[in-house]
Amino acid sequence: MRLLNRSAGRISRHRRGPVAGLAVLLLGLLMTGGLYTVFAPAQAQKAQSDTELVAEGRKLFLVGCASCHGQNGEGISTVREGYQKGPSLVGVGAAAVDFQVGTGRMPLAQPGQQAPRKTVVYDAEEIAALAAYVAALAPGPAVPTEQDYSIDGLSEAEREEAIVRGGQIFLTNCTACHNFNGSGGAMPRGGYAPSLHGVEGKYIYEALLTGPQAMPTFSNGNLSPDEKRDVIAYLNSIQESPEYGGFGMGGLGPVSEGLFAWVLGIGGLVGFAVWIAAHTTRSTKTQPIEEGAEA
Amino acid sequence: MTDSHDHTLAVVEEPITNPGLPAHQWRPTDLDERAAKRAERQVAGMFGLSMVCAVLFVVAYFALEIGDNFDTFIGLGASTVALGLALGGAMLFIGIGIIQWARKLMGDHEISELRHPASSTEEDREATLEALSLGLEESGIGRRPLVRNTLLGSMAMLGLPAVVLLRDLGPSNAQVADAEKGLGLQHTIWKKGMRLVRDVVGTPIKASELEIGDLVNAAPEALFPTEANGYPEIEGVALQVQKAKGAIIIVKMEPEEIKPADGRDNWTVDGVICYSKICTHVGCPISLYERTTHHVLCPCHQSTFDLADGAKVIFGPAHRPLPQLPLAVDEEGYLIAQAGFDEPVGASYWEREKQ
Amino acid sequence: MSLDTSKVASSNAAKAATPAKPSKVGGVAGWADDRLGLATAARKNLRKVFPDHWSFMLGEIALWSFVVLLLTGVFLSLWFTPSMGEVHYEGSYDQLRGIPMSEAMASTLDISFDVRGGLLMRQMHHWAAMLFVASMMVHLLRVAFTGAFRKPREVNWVIGCLLLLLGTLEGFTGYSLPDDLLSGTGVRAADGFLKATPVLGSYMSFFLFGGEFPGDAIIPRLYIIHVLLIPGILLGLIAAHMLLLVYHKHTQWPGPGRTEQNVVGFPMLPVYAAKAGGFFFIVFGVTAIMGGLLSINPVWKFGPYDPTKVTAGSQPDWYMGWPDGLLRIMPGWESVIFGYTISWNVMLPILIVPPTMLIVLILLPFIEGWITGDKREHHLLQRPRNAPTRTAVMVSLMTFYGLAWAAGGNDIIAITFHSSINNITYFMRVAVFVGPAIAFFVTRRWCISLQRHDNDKLLHGYETGIIMRSTEGGYAERHLPISEASAYTLTARERDEIHTVDSDTDANGVVAPGSRVQALRARLSEKMYGHNVQKPTTEELAAAHQHAEHEHALEAGLDHPADGHQFDGHSDHTVDEAPLRGH
Repeated sequence: MRLLNRSAGRISRHRRGPVAGLAVLLLGLLMTGGLYTVFAPAQAQKAQSDTELVAEGRKLFLVGCASCHGQNGEGISTVREGYQKGPSLVGVGAAAVDFQVGTGRMPLAQPGQQAPRKTVVYDAEEIAALAAYVAALAPGPAVPTEQDYSIDGLSEAEREEAIVRGGQIFLTNCTACHNFNGSGGAMPRGGYAPSLHGVEGKYIYEALLTGPQAMPTFSNGNLSPDEKRDVIAYLNSIQESPEYGGFGMGGLGPVSEGLFAWVLGIGGLVGFAVWIAAHTTRSTKTQPIEEGAEA
Repeated sequence: MTDSHDHTLAVVEEPITNPGLPAHQWRPTDLDERAAKRAERQVAGMFGLSMVCAVLFVVAYFALEIGDNFDTFIGLGASTVALGLALGGAMLFIGIGIIQWARKLMGDHEISELRHPASSTEEDREATLEALSLGLEESGIGRRPLVRNTLLGSMAMLGLPAVVLLRDLGPSNAQVADAEKGLGLQHTIWKKGMRLVRDVVGTPIKASELEIGDLVNAAPEALFPTEANGYPEIEGVALQVQKAKGAIIIVKMEPEEIKPADGRDNWTVDGVICYSKICTHVGCPISLYERTTHHVLCPCHQSTFDLADGAKVIFGPAHRPLPQLPLAVDEEGYLIAQAGFDEPVGASYWEREKQ
Repeated sequence: MSLDTSKVASSNAAKAATPAKPSKVGGVAGWADDRLGLATAARKNLRKVFPDHWSFMLGEIALWSFVVLLLTGVFLSLWFTPSMGEVHYEGSYDQLRGIPMSEAMASTLDISFDVRGGLLMRQMHHWAAMLFVASMMVHLLRVAFTGAFRKPREVNWVIGCLLLLLGTLEGFTGYSLPDDLLSGTGVRAADGFLKATPVLGSYMSFFLFGGEFPGDAIIPRLYIIHVLLIPGILLGLIAAHMLLLVYHKHTQWPGPGRTEQNVVGFPMLPVYAAKAGGFFFIVFGVTAIMGGLLSINPVWKFGPYDPTKVTAGSQPDWYMGWPDGLLRIMPGWESVIFGYTISWNVMLPILIVPPTMLIVLILLPFIEGWITGDKREHHLLQRPRNAPTRTAVMVSLMTFYGLAWAAGGNDIIAITFHSSINNITYFMRVAVFVGPAIAFFVTRRWCISLQRHDNDKLLHGYETGIIMRSTEGGYAERHLPISEASAYTLTARERDEIHTVDSDTDANGVVAPGSRVQALRARLSEKMYGHNVQKPTTEELAAAHQHAEHEHALEAGLDHPADGHQFDGHSDHTVDEAPLRGH
């Protein structure tokens, strides 16, 4: 990888120049390969009949999920009022399963305030089976396809427009919780809006659609599919953009800036002050050496 | 004992007498020509490095592109980083060189200087006081209280023009208030029958298309004028003023979860409920909504409101609930306002309750 | 060439050397003096003595970062358009292209993306502003903790406090100028603060914004305040601050040869000028490196201000953080009296507490001077431990500030440490009261025990770390007397005098006027000094030394340096003859 990259800063409209072209080609190849690995087994599954997939999913569900969500995904309420051991999965749709299991949030390691993102337990095939089973319980949002959350099929001008509009929708609907940089933020009583850095477009789309944890939903009657796609395009674009002004210090705004001003700035300058005022090495000799005496 | 005539210095001697300044100790560079030469080379080296950095700055300025084709360096803006490091180097090396010069090569004998009291000499004081009283005496200000008092009065009155001149900094709330146009703190642009539209895109919202758990950041339709809706053109400051008061959040929850306040039973449409987006504390827009608890949090100072319970404050520094917008649907099924807000939105102010 | 060590001046008393023949420098100086008569002032000041200590350079950081601010600020003003006129952005930053925004925001984006070095200058300006206020604050702490604000420097302390206030306001007006989403949110909150002012609130808001928020006037108005009004006053006050510094001569730490009557240090020319001048380049350099490497205030990610948008982590710059923290932990109190709204939830944390803090700060030297009744001039600094009550008051104020400050970042603390905003807020509501009280008592006792430790060193010497076994088999640590210079330095402080009231009534039994005030003063003086440990008297010292001499031989002094090899047969070498480096 070249350290000095002459085009990485640009998005869509400006993918030009020999290096950029090469980079895009490489990126394209990598993505195609990557997507193939991800989707190939799923496509293989398509060969099976849906019923088989659902049956497979039910088996997995009974082993891994039923203890909290109930034998038929109806949810388990416990003694404490308002506290659910596991919510009902009837009608949450395949998208919710794909998000929760695909990002490792489910199965839950321990009941708690909020399920954190962690290592994924199931493979793509198993997730598809689980999703098919839950989708079969009652109709709900389906797993989005790449066309839903990617702007690759659009023209240059459309892409740029989508990113700009996505940015405005992002700043209106998302930054309040997830912060201007997608770095996440605090919610009441220990809850938090997680960081969006490095989250795949598919999962963002699914999260918007299904409202995981305490997040509100952005159903298609709320934000149209195109608007959701634009938000994802904007997020990708700011992640691809360089940090124009240097290291971002966590992208958390003035708090981290203040911390750096004190620790690095004042700390460093006081260090210099100590050096400036420190006494230099002293000789133990009391008389200057005569000129030429040491020659 | 008055402050003015006491210039004694604090005394700190006893119980041990001051041994006096210790004898000066020479530095290696004072005594050894070679050490001095080495220090000299160090200092000159620093200045040389600074020159190199200055040249690098110029090179970076012209070589690295910004704007449409931002050059990057390990994911950072190359121009900013390079210019910053080169300028920083050019400056730091001069600084370090000069300090090193002072530490190693300049004479470093500590010398002593006597202090003098901060006050003037007694003689000067007396002369000044005398001159002052003579001047005052000659002016007759003490003997002619009428002159003195009227002068003081006229000076005080000069404050009036100074204050009055600032009056036209802006109109007062009463001067701009206009219920029809939604101007003034107590009015918004919301009116009976105005559609609620999605913020940014300006599309109307069908109540039936919303799902439980949805949060819509919305705006009055009048802020998105089109030929179809017939609202007058609005932009610039006028638009910002209306946005600042008209922004709303719409959420949909299970209808039975809503605890309607007195007289607000029919303000919701099938679990869809709408509040002002402007915090009643100091006016930040708030939309940190938790679908599960129906709480909405302000990111500025963490006031938390329960949208299921009339947007009552359940935590934080805000005092008043968020104003609620009564909803209805029009014949096409789109959400509309039954009426405007029945109270001023946003931060409290002195005469708020009077309006 | 090495220095001619025989001809170095040791004081300023000697007559200035006259050059044998007119040099070039002399010629220029002569020409200037013929016209400006500068020699009289220069004679006194060119070799003026400044004491050398790292803590005396903290104010210099502030001075030099102010210079960096002036330089980078001028650069920015060449491109910045302070206007709220609406334009559609058509610059280089793709993600905002075509978005309507104010000219202020558009020109800020242009400076960042279309002016080479513009982003660097913006970031340097912002970092320098953060450092400016921060260094003023650490400078203030140094002055307060060492008692440098005592007579005759009270006026300079007041000027310093005003500089801190103005620096903060300058910072606020500055970071609001780009009209981006984050700063706009701050301006909107400021509008809320104005509106909370009793009676005049809505008028003040309408006058400042030129109409209803956000109006079209705020940016140009903040701009002229930011580039002309406040910098002008700042410059004047900084000049006064420095003039007074030169006039009073700098304070110094006590030590051998350093007394209330003199000032010992390096002459202005060349050493001090070089060190101070060199420090300017260092401050500039550090700011430039921070500006180049660390992204600050990425306005392009915030986007233009829009009153319907907001971002998580909406905080002001650090120096406005503590009132914001108070605002966050304040309960939602508001009352309606005779139909008028009084917003305690905004007034207390913003309009009442911060101004009160500033007034308390300004009054500190005057309050202390009144309680102690000390009218003498002080030029020797006090170690913080030797003024336990003052140190404790300052630490207590710092604790309050620090807690309020942390409360201003409660959301960031919550996500960084996975805790609950609510719990942090509840904790802070208590902590801002309890914390300063605890800090006060702990600091005071700590200082007093340090004083005791100093006295132990004076009377019994220092702990060598050498454990000696006596013939009886007992173990004792050997104490050795400290050097005369250190002993003198430890004793070079005043004895505290507790103010007492002679008598409440005069000879005729009439209560003396103002005796109630005097009694209060005496009580405060007793509280302030009563527990302090005073330095030993000459007699105590003599008795202690005599005692040491009569001690068991093991407790007696060693005849050579205690380097840990006294008794193990490895003490043959002598440090004195160690060769000089480079020989």
